Amino acid sequence: MDSVAQRLSAVGAGAALELRGVTRLFGALAALTDVTITVRPGERRAVLGSNGAGKTTLFNCITGDFPPTSGTIRFFGEDVTHFPPYERIRRGLRRTYQISALFPGLTVQDNVYLACRGVSRGRFSFLRPGQNDALMHAADNLVQAVHLSAVRDQRVAELAHGQQRQLEIALALAGAPRFVLFDEPAAGLSPTERAELVEILTSLPAHIGYIIIEHDMDVALRVVESVTMMHNGRIFKEGVPEEIQSDPEVQELYLGGGHE
Amino acid sequence: MSVTHDTRIQIRSPASAAQRQAARSWPDLNNPAAWIVAIILLIMPLIANGFFLIEIFATTLMLGTIALSLMFLAGYGGMVSLMQLTIAGFAAYMVAVFGTSDNANISLGWPWWLAVPMALTLATIFGTLGGALAVRTEGIYTIMITLAIGAAFYYFTNQNWAIFNGHTGINNVATPHFWGVNWRADIPFYYVVLAVAALCYFAVDYISRAPFGLALQGVRDNPRRMAALGFNVNAHRVAAYAVASFIAGLAGVLQVWNYRQISPGSVSVGACIDILIIAIVGGITRPIGPYIGALVFVLLRTFALDFLVKIGLDGNRFRLLIGLGFLAIVFWSSDGVIGLWQRWRRSHRPQSDRPGGGRGHG
Repeated sequence: MDSVAQRLSAVGAGAALELRGVTRLFGALAALTDVTITVRPGERRAVLGSNGAGKTTLFNCITGDFPPTSGTIRFFGEDVTHFPPYERIRRGLRRTYQISALFPGLTVQDNVYLACRGVSRGRFSFLRPGQNDALMHAADNLVQAVHLSAVRDQRVAELAHGQQRQLEIALALAGAPRFVLFDEPAAGLSPTERAELVEILTSLPAHIGYIIIEHDMDVALRVVESVTMMHNGRIFKEGVPEEIQSDPEVQELYLGGGHE
Repeated sequence: MSVTHDTRIQIRSPASAAQRQAARSWPDLNNPAAWIVAIILLIMPLIANGFFLIEIFATTLMLGTIALSLMFLAGYGGMVSLMQLTIAGFAAYMVAVFGTSDNANISLGWPWWLAVPMALTLATIFGTLGGALAVRTEGIYTIMITLAIGAAFYYFTNQNWAIFNGHTGINNVATPHFWGVNWRADIPFYYVVLAVAALCYFAVDYISRAPFGLALQGVRDNPRRMAALGFNVNAHRVAAYAVASFIAGLAGVLQVWNYRQISPGSVSVGACIDILIIAIVGGITRPIGPYIGALVFVLLRTFALDFLVKIGLDGNRFRLLIGLGFLAIVFWSSDGVIGLWQRWRRSHRPQSDRPGGGRGHG
């Protein structure tokens, strides 16, 4: 019995993220049906699909925001299906939200500092960070990396939409991420900001894989090596960007905008 | 994390991080008004007579400290707890039960230096357990659960004779005497209360910028995101209740020494709600708010009676004044008296002084 368990975990050991038969019901509505996905470490993948295809629900199942109704989720070989979100995050999983989920009452610096603190020790520390606090410097660097140094000490509530989207990404890159879920990071960004986003995504260290939900094909297909198409809560097609773009079924369902 | 490095937008040098940190650590040190208030509080026994010292200022500081524990939970954690006075009352009862009083069949007669740590420990446990119940809910349900705990405790103390001595309560509770000082005499007691209040005030102020306090504010703003950053949100909330319970417990110990007795009347539902009113009237965005609210409350409670009688109304209507004041505050300034003060100061300051470099009136 031990050897079976060992073999099973060995199967998942090669994958960064492995979903098997993941189903999520909301009452009678199946938001996800029998979704099976395997993503290699460092792989960058887009999840495409029309509204209601189950893309964000997929993210919520992976992070544990909503646990799946059935199925298993493995993260770097470890079965995390029943882990609370924070346990998954501490293992290197990260996510951004479609609608910015920030801390409006705190400054940009404090937002990023919290993200750095969340994945390290001392979350309950009653001692203020000192002058040479490593996490404070890590937060500084991250603020700089997403071009927000100029507004570092402003409250997040005062930021422009584009800046909030950039901060959203910074929070997901704190600590040592191993795999990131980006939920429509380009939503509401200007063309210039989109270019910056593409730059940030393509310059991520190679060992950090991600899944990106993105409606903007210009962004999505430039930053990924594989694509998963979803429709009505099911995986509909998988392949490299060129295949997906030229697939007639996909074009009818999604790219051509053929809604029912 | 080396993601990308763009120096174009960077205006401040990264070395300023440490300086910023130091500058915002103790903003009060640069504030002359804070120094004046501190000096007045320290020399108060020279100015004020015994009545003002205890009935007004010590009472303000004790009620303010209980309200501070609510401000910590509500202002930083977004959890409105109506049981803070109950926790203070529980600590007060425990001092009476473990210490010495006229009710020899109940009081165990421990010295104060054993009874007080025991009372604080039990009050912290009591508040933490109540908090553990309350954190499973949010908003109005948190208020309901904590109110229910407060109401249950009030009726329990009324009906339990073995420990709480029913509606008569516990009388003539002993107060500490050591080093040749009667610490319940007006002036020493005032300084004890001032020291405890100052300790709690600075502790809350300090914690608000420490990782625990920042995380608590993160939990207030967006609990779901906090979980997605690696924080155990409920554990943080329960820990906040533990801290708040300890603060409320300290104030409760002072209260039982002040009145030398404790009875169900002190832990009534009305008294629980007074703490909420004090915190809201003062303002729950900063730790000073509850003390300002408590001063307003105590002044009204003490002098509104005479004032009302003088203009020919029933003196017991002082609560009407407090109620009207409460209405006015929540109507015109959701962040209480400190909010009014901050807005007044902002409108009387030169443009360039404003935080954010004069980017409008936000």
